[in-house]
Amino acid sequence: MTVLVDKNSKIIIQGFTGKMGSFHADEMIKYGSNVVGGVTPGKGGSKHLNLPVFNTVKDAVNETGADASILFVPPAFAADSAMEAADAGIKICVAIVDGIPSHDMIRIKRYMRRYTKSSKMTLVGPNCAGIISPGKSMLGIMPGHIYKEGRIGIISRSGTLGYEAAQQLKNLNIGVSTSVGIGGDPINGSSFRDIIEKFETDDETDAILMIGEIGGPQEVAAGEFAKENMKKPVIAYIAGLTAPKGRVMGHAGAIVSAYGESAIEKVEILKECGITISKNPSVMGDTVKSVLEKM
Amino acid sequence: MDIHEYQAKKILSNFGVTIPRGGIVYSPENAENKAREIGGSRWVVKAQIHSGARGKAGGIIVCNTPLEVAQATDKLLGKKLVTNQTGPEGKIVNRIYIEEATDIEKELYLGLVFDRSSESIMVVASTEGGMSVEEISKEKPETIIRSKIEVAVGMQNFQARELAFGLGIEPELIRRASDTIIGCYKAFSELDATMVEVNPLVISKQKQILALDCKMSFDNNAMFRRSQVSELRDKTQEDSKEIFASDRGLNYVSLDGNIGNIINGAGLAMASMDMIKLAGGTPANFLDVGGGATPEKIVKAFKLVTMDEKVKVILVNIFAGINRCDWVAEGIVDALKKIEIKVPLVIRLAGTNVEKGNKILKDSKINYIEANTLEDAANKAVAALNK
Repeated sequence: MTVLVDKNSKIIIQGFTGKMGSFHADEMIKYGSNVVGGVTPGKGGSKHLNLPVFNTVKDAVNETGADASILFVPPAFAADSAMEAADAGIKICVAIVDGIPSHDMIRIKRYMRRYTKSSKMTLVGPNCAGIISPGKSMLGIMPGHIYKEGRIGIISRSGTLGYEAAQQLKNLNIGVSTSVGIGGDPINGSSFRDIIEKFETDDETDAILMIGEIGGPQEVAAGEFAKENMKKPVIAYIAGLTAPKGRVMGHAGAIVSAYGESAIEKVEILKECGITISKNPSVMGDTVKSVLEKM
Repeated sequence: MDIHEYQAKKILSNFGVTIPRGGIVYSPENAENKAREIGGSRWVVKAQIHSGARGKAGGIIVCNTPLEVAQATDKLLGKKLVTNQTGPEGKIVNRIYIEEATDIEKELYLGLVFDRSSESIMVVASTEGGMSVEEISKEKPETIIRSKIEVAVGMQNFQARELAFGLGIEPELIRRASDTIIGCYKAFSELDATMVEVNPLVISKQKQILALDCKMSFDNNAMFRRSQVSELRDKTQEDSKEIFASDRGLNYVSLDGNIGNIINGAGLAMASMDMIKLAGGTPANFLDVGGGATPEKIVKAFKLVTMDEKVKVILVNIFAGINRCDWVAEGIVDALKKIEIKVPLVIRLAGTNVEKGNKILKDSKINYIEANTLEDAANKAVAALNK
């Protein structure tokens, strides 16, 4: 989806010279992403993976024209790095890091309110697999080869469950326009609703597969948005049918604490919104296929 | 992370909230002395466990003499209390809080949580204190008042005043009530809490506003900067397998069933549990070894799952991305050399280098059942159980 990343996206890595940053920068470059450099405060002026290292995101943007970034910094510094990216004029920032305090996420989102809509950065994550537009660019940590180029948009809170979906689609010879991992935290940069809205206007996407889970209001908010505003079909799977109430299931955000947050309740509400439900995680691909056949 | 009532009260009192006089004790002798030290003529002996609804479970005893305080303490110490929040196994009482009894005129409810829709802190209050918030919203929803607090500027006096007036508090106590509400807000926002619940918040006959019971939970992700809070952790209140897991970087939740799971990624783990349920089985645990699923984590995961005697079948489901299936398979083979598995083992690998991974498993001569899809894995696990 050219709305988020494409071949021309100029990517910088924040936390470039660390172990994670180096490894995944290399993977992204191998996939064909246009990585133009990175930021590690104090190492500016040096080279890493044959690319320039900068002290600040502003320097990186001024020198390379970067418009996309991906964060591989420890959780304690992640909020600061995300705000630095927003202030430097980065358009899309993916936070891979798991473990950012919720209070920090709220702080980032409040901070970003100072920018007008046209100059506001889109933040995706944290605690996510990132974004891939198969054949164009990868701004994430997913295994690129499991995604076939095509016209289905995927949005998933979970990383590996998103991979599972991409693989099922590929086995059915169905491809993906863009897959976005929005992450498993209670407060995240972009919601399901934010991303399905982008897919609705994306002329490279025909249908959207939304992979949600227990906890939080986001799946329902996206369903209500789809009911009112969308023409493209939305297919959804919600994980956590067997999850006990009040327990955190791995993802900090996967906890049922109010009505409408259990898997069964979400499925019921989404059905009422006209969304096609994948009955179980083994038939996500088949469900998409059956919807495509009816189009 | 949860803490005890007495710890939460200490925190609130540091933020200007009034609490009844009290102290923590670990023995009946201690308790008797503590009661005399506190003074007065009635005391409440409160079992400290990480759960609400302790009163109904017999964990809160009102006493009229220091001797009774000692007897009540003796009765509760070392006991396992089962409440509607602890599960059938209950939680052990190792600490007792002795508190002066309060002459209650009115019981109120005050709770603070993150509101994920508005991404702000939500204050919830009701005149129906003493009931759980679920009960209040079911039986007396009209008594609930809410206030959303903009985190960037914090709670304002007028917002606290509006809540206090909304609770019907008499004019001369409004100032004190709003200071109490703001104190709770500050504790929440300054200590990276995820929940503060004062229930009941009482107005005493002496016209004091007191936090009579309090629960607090904190954001595990923020503990790196809250060392004083993280020191309050009481591992005796947690499931031993869950402690083993969290100390080793695994996400684990103990459940009631008999199919043990080892899965990478929280979403995929929940999805696999769903498939087990649909296939007619029940999961013994939720276990996410992390998206990366390193061989070291897999060894630890096998150790953890085999610790659980309920487990009659183990299901491994790994979707390998950057970590390739061949690497994961080597990790599994290595783990099985170190740990003896006495129950049937179903393994499903998917993703990068899946053929190589399956070949390594086959060539290793380990005793396992190969599965190809999520559904296949769940069906085979349930079938193995019934053999």
